[in-house]
Amino acid sequence: MPIKKRFGSSNCEDRCDCLFALPRYQARVEVQLRPSVLDPAGEATRSAAARLGVEGLQSLRIGKAIVLSLEAPDAKQAEAQVGVLCDRLLANPVTENWSISLEELQA
Amino acid sequence: MAWALSGILDLPCRFLWHDTTSLEDIQAVVLPGGFSYGDYLRCGALASLSPLLHAVHAFAADGGPVLGICNGFQVLTEMGLLPGALTRNQNLHFICEPCELVVSPGSCHLLKGYGDQERVQFPIAHGEGRYQCQADTLSELEQHGQLVLRYGHNPNGSILDVAGVCNRRGNVLGLMPHPERATDPLLGGIDGQRLLQSLLG
Repeated sequence: MPIKKRFGSSNCEDRCDCLFALPRYQARVEVQLRPSVLDPAGEATRSAAARLGVEGLQSLRIGKAIVLSLEAPDAKQAEAQVGVLCDRLLANPVTENWSISLEELQA
Repeated sequence: MAWALSGILDLPCRFLWHDTTSLEDIQAVVLPGGFSYGDYLRCGALASLSPLLHAVHAFAADGGPVLGICNGFQVLTEMGLLPGALTRNQNLHFICEPCELVVSPGSCHLLKGYGDQERVQFPIAHGEGRYQCQADTLSELEQHGQLVLRYGHNPNGSILDVAGVCNRRGNVLGLMPHPERATDPLLGGIDGQRLLQSLLG
């Protein structure tokens, strides 16, 4: 017996056909130490690079990349939500800066 | 922590689960050392969002004593109850050793048992204990006497040798060294006793 699909149902399995599915976005957040903050891990890594014969390195600083996907009514709201996460969780504003790049995921 | 408080000092204490929301009839809060959430993301960052800490915010705002030790200090900075941040030790090593500290009690209630510029010894055991804050924050903290504990010999690169900080009001104290490990005479020092005793008056 074929599965009945109902438009607008939250049980809808095929999101392409569902009128009420929210767009999905992928956000890539980069968290970096503020320029004024010492990065001992980066310094240690830079010294190690010299041992591999890479001599010309001027600086090396280590940050984090956090990738997340979310649903939101539009890109602006998606970015706003990710911004809240950045401010309150993903980065520590005392020592870190953050940036977001956002793209809509095609279903 | 529990041994130091109830075993050595005979102060009644109990554990509260992070996922609850009430401090019940608690009169002082201690956020102890450890590795909450495996130090994922940043030390203390995930723990700082625990439901119980909403109640700790209100408790601190009402003047209740709050003590954060090591990971607990990290949680207090992530919560915003204390300024600044704790970051990776400058030499990248986990440092576990006895440590001399200079106490400047100021208006910090939990340090009232110590003399100004008194030298004490508490052990340290941490990989992320380097205290940092922005320059304007640092001047404010200095001005208001909130830099209450400094290292005699800075082990981790903390700005101005800061080992512990209190809030403006003096009821919230965070420090990287472990006073509870300087409480049992068997462990070689009891300088931490006066700090813990101040929790309940």
